[in-house]
Amino acid sequence: MTCKETRNLLNAYVDGELDSAGSLAVESHVQGCASCLIEVENLHALASAIENGALRFKASPRLKRNVQAAIRAANPRASRSIFHWRWASAFASAVLIVALTWVATTRWNRSSEETQLVNDIVSSHVRSMMANHITDVSSSDSHTVKPWFGGKLDYSPPVKDLTEQGFRLIGGRLEYLENRPVAALVYQRSQHFINLFVWPSNGGTVKQENQLTLQGYNLIHWTKSGMTYWLISELNQPELNECARLLKE
Amino acid sequence: MLDQNELTGFNEAVLPHLDAAYNLARWLTRNEHDADDVVQEASLRAFKYWTGFSGRDCRSWLLAIVRNTFYTWLRQRSIQPELTADGEVDDIDDGTPNPESMVLQNADREMLRAALEDLPVEFREAIVLREMEGLSYKEIADIAGVPIGTVMSRLARGRKRLQIYLTSAAQNCL
Repeated sequence: MTCKETRNLLNAYVDGELDSAGSLAVESHVQGCASCLIEVENLHALASAIENGALRFKASPRLKRNVQAAIRAANPRASRSIFHWRWASAFASAVLIVALTWVATTRWNRSSEETQLVNDIVSSHVRSMMANHITDVSSSDSHTVKPWFGGKLDYSPPVKDLTEQGFRLIGGRLEYLENRPVAALVYQRSQHFINLFVWPSNGGTVKQENQLTLQGYNLIHWTKSGMTYWLISELNQPELNECARLLKE
Repeated sequence: MLDQNELTGFNEAVLPHLDAAYNLARWLTRNEHDADDVVQEASLRAFKYWTGFSGRDCRSWLLAIVRNTFYTWLRQRSIQPELTADGEVDDIDDGTPNPESMVLQNADREMLRAALEDLPVEFREAIVLREMEGLSYKEIADIAGVPIGTVMSRLARGRKRLQIYLTSAAQNCL
């Protein structure tokens, strides 16, 4: 094998892309040829410089989120079961009212006020998805979301970022429940959105901690440090329980 | 439109390769904002073609889409990539300094980055796919849509240029 023939195969040789016969032929030439041997050493040196140079870029978390959001937006029908309600929205509210009278798994005695509140919470949640208006302030930073409520509410809702625990804070918005403006914090778990409604609990309608399921939505309610919390999502109950546990911590 | 299972399947198969997709896009565009745009667009294309994808190697499939998206992106901006005629290895003028393995080994990250970015795009993509993604010649050939021999020659010529760039840069530093 000549130097020229060898040079044409050196890269494939170094990359382990030659068959064993080719590899042997190159190897025997290189061993007897100082200049080809230098070429091989240079190729190895370059490869290890690139490897040690940490030149590989990684996608930013923001890009990953944007990609997921873009895919969801491109696939509205399947992205969330809730979007089936969009093309049947008139029908949906009727179904919802019927559903509320059926209340499948409630474990406490409901007064009409409680039913009304649960009704309002489910409606708020559904509306936030249907109107594509889930947040007024979009940020995964609790230090951005919390001050945003500052001039809009007469209380300051606790805002917890649970991104590291798998529940990403994506923002907040104002809602109107129990005849008052309340804070809605929005979290995301894979494709599912979670609304957390928070307001001061003095004189609130529902005191005891509880959870229920309504037409596919799981709701969890608790009070802590004078605040009433309602968590709602189409996310499954164990994961929503985990979210509630982290919020209560 | 995908149903929930298909969407989950897509997410599980494709999203883990976003780093590889971004790395390729970043080296092709040489710019992080453009790389973001290319990856975003490529992901949407992948999503659109997902039901038609039956292959096993999802990463190569996604990388091929990233590459095509990049070239579309170039055309939309009326940028003509500087393509180099494919040929044999020894197409570089003599009179350039002889690379030394010590010099190459000690090249710092900045210099390597500059050397890689200086390469013609088809050499750059071959080297990125080989050295950073560890792909075989066959895989690179499939992604770039060229024969394996072309991949071999692009790698050889690209590496030669890198060596010369790094050697000259090191000499200029002295």
